Amino acid sequence: MATITIALAGNPNAGKTTLFNTLTGSRQHVGNYPGVTVEKKEGGYTFPSGEHASIIDLPGTYSLTAYSVEEVVARDYLVQEKPDVVINITDASNLERNLYLSTQFLELGVPMVIALNMIDVAQDRGISLDAQKLAELLKVPVIPIIARSGKGTAELMGAALALAKENKPWDPLYISYGEDVDLALQTMAQRITATSFMTENYAPRWLALKYLEGDSQIREKGRAHNPAVDAELQEIVERVSAHLHKTMETYPEAIIADHRYGYIKSVLRQEVITHTFDIDRLHASDRIDKVLTNRFLGPLIMLGVLLGLYKFTFTFSELPVAWLETFFGWAGDNLSSLLPDGHLKSMLISGVIDGMGGVLGFVPLIMFMFFGIAILEDSGYLARVAFMMDRVFRIFGLHGSSVMAYIVSGGIAGGCAVPGVMAARTLRSPRERLATLLTVSFMNCGAKLPVLALLTATFFSNNQAQLMFLLTLLAWGVALTAAKILRLTVLRGDSTPFVMELPPYRFPTFQGLFIHTWERTWQYIKKAGTTILTISILIWAMMTFPGLPASEEENFARQRQEVESLSAQTPEEALQREEKLAAIDSDRAGSGLRHSLAGRLGTAMESVSWLPGFDWRTNIALVGGFAAKEVIVATLGTAYSLGETDPENTASLSETLAKDTHWNPLVAMALIVFVMFYAPCFVTVVCISRESGSWKWGLFSICFNTGFAFLLATLVYQGGRALGFAG
Amino acid sequence: MPTILLRQMQKDQSGFITAVKVGGELGRRIRDMGIVPGTRITIMGRAPLYDPVAIRIMGGTLTLRNSEADYIEVDVANPEEKL
Repeated sequence: MATITIALAGNPNAGKTTLFNTLTGSRQHVGNYPGVTVEKKEGGYTFPSGEHASIIDLPGTYSLTAYSVEEVVARDYLVQEKPDVVINITDASNLERNLYLSTQFLELGVPMVIALNMIDVAQDRGISLDAQKLAELLKVPVIPIIARSGKGTAELMGAALALAKENKPWDPLYISYGEDVDLALQTMAQRITATSFMTENYAPRWLALKYLEGDSQIREKGRAHNPAVDAELQEIVERVSAHLHKTMETYPEAIIADHRYGYIKSVLRQEVITHTFDIDRLHASDRIDKVLTNRFLGPLIMLGVLLGLYKFTFTFSELPVAWLETFFGWAGDNLSSLLPDGHLKSMLISGVIDGMGGVLGFVPLIMFMFFGIAILEDSGYLARVAFMMDRVFRIFGLHGSSVMAYIVSGGIAGGCAVPGVMAARTLRSPRERLATLLTVSFMNCGAKLPVLALLTATFFSNNQAQLMFLLTLLAWGVALTAAKILRLTVLRGDSTPFVMELPPYRFPTFQGLFIHTWERTWQYIKKAGTTILTISILIWAMMTFPGLPASEEENFARQRQEVESLSAQTPEEALQREEKLAAIDSDRAGSGLRHSLAGRLGTAMESVSWLPGFDWRTNIALVGGFAAKEVIVATLGTAYSLGETDPENTASLSETLAKDTHWNPLVAMALIVFVMFYAPCFVTVVCISRESGSWKWGLFSICFNTGFAFLLATLVYQGGRALGFAG
Repeated sequence: MPTILLRQMQKDQSGFITAVKVGGELGRRIRDMGIVPGTRITIMGRAPLYDPVAIRIMGGTLTLRNSEADYIEVDVANPEEKL
């Protein structure tokens, strides 16, 4: 027998993912719906009879009318793919609202089984439900389950299989919406049938209903399909709207929603649901909220929790990150001793191994962060964070949930924008999410710290600590201001409604946490990995080619020979010889870098970089910094012909900068500002593109940030000079 | 009939929704979440900066910004009456 397809659908927080995990275990596949960033999860299930089902976990929604991408994705899947059965998972302790979505499935007519989840929680809350009665009234199978423990899931799947085998045609439910709306629906449905208006995909009455509800996606499709009929339907909608507004001061979509809830109430009233306790009774979850969202304690505890998440992510990942670094160092050393000197070796070590190290070095960070966030998310605390922070973040056109992404990115200095960008996934509103994605990289991540430390230690050694603290505050101020600027310009638009659920606190399941963490980490490795490797090799090539002209190569080779031919009898002389050779090599590396594409770019950029006061050496270092911010220090070392500079040990570079006449505190300050805010490293850019679903935004972040940083740095440098701080 | 805006309600105060005066995306979202006339509503609390507000409705807890709560009218006369 052919495999049957079952779609899991339901409200967010109804336990859909838990049921999906219980049913499919590790047999899951995560992808994306074409063109959008919504995750598409598929899994397999085998019935005791040996038959197979493919299970699709649709995004959690409250309704089927186009509101966000989730609704559109869920609806398009049902209408276009026509699964054999929909399992509608509902929260039994909050049935009335959950049935709102169920009613819409019934109106669509898709074959459906209702799962009453968390029936145990409902019982604890004094709610008893008559599943039999509900099934009779709605004319669909209703099965009580506990998704966490798997109780009732076998019966549920059995009912789904039986329904799939019946193979009945779709049978839409007709709810009466009152005289005015019903009449309009009838007229519109007639027109739709008469003109075969999109009837191959949608039922006529359902289409008419969506027109009345003002569903933007359906209207767009309709306009493209047949503009004349669309205009006709639109006219009926406007007439009804005007009439309803005049007579009752209401809207068609309001009437429709009211009648749907009326239908649900009429069903539940027929002894389906009985409350033993007062409905205002405080549940355990409410008592926890009395403390966790308390006016004074709440923010304090939140600060503690966020700090804890931060410590957890960055402390626990330290060891595996160090292992990975050791491993890649070891691999590089081995390769270096095996291969002859030359471009191949240089590419394999600086391009491939360093690139892979760059990709995989973030993996422990991402894993720990997602594990921490999964705990906060699954337990329900994340919604409380959004609730408490919303008032502050809204000022900047953001959402309460944005706080997490900022903290992880370096809101507490030393974070990392890569997991930060990925943390923005918890935001559901598209504009706020993009504004967050594009501004988190302004935070002082761990890779910027060596650069800031070098410059502050060299030029502001007296108040280094205070300055570093001020720079953290500056990062916050600039990031939030930039977000506001974006929300007033390219991401202009009303703030997304904050109507959000505060789900009851729950203990996360380990299975859920691990699947969640693994899935997202794997996605990062798979998708970001290949791109990052390619770019890493490109950057290596930019800093290597074209090589020095033959005459100069000969010149350096001759110098080496001269030194090598000197006799070295005593150990001191031998040491001196080594030092001289090293100096020649560094010189050669410095000239080579200047001669390379990156070097030429750096030199060419001097024509504008005099504005913020940067010379060609700084420019090259900044180009290198696009690979990873910690590269800035190393490249600056090479450009000053100091040989390889270890970011951890910058004493000689610091001395060189302090002596160089080009440098002074003002230049240093301009550079600090520029490094903090210019283009994010390309790993972040790749992640921004992935998370926003378009390379356009990755490119935008490079241009916007660099432009913004250039402006600020110029302001600092030229402003400082005008005020006479040039030193 | 003392009908007031949701914004003016006190913590722990209950009532019945009489009207939701907003259409469009926001109106739809509000109704999707169960905020419709005839439904009982109780204020659970407010965020540290008095905004947003948390409400209990149909057995679940929802949050709303004050600016969104301004579209919702509530009859607070006899919260126990229709139980």
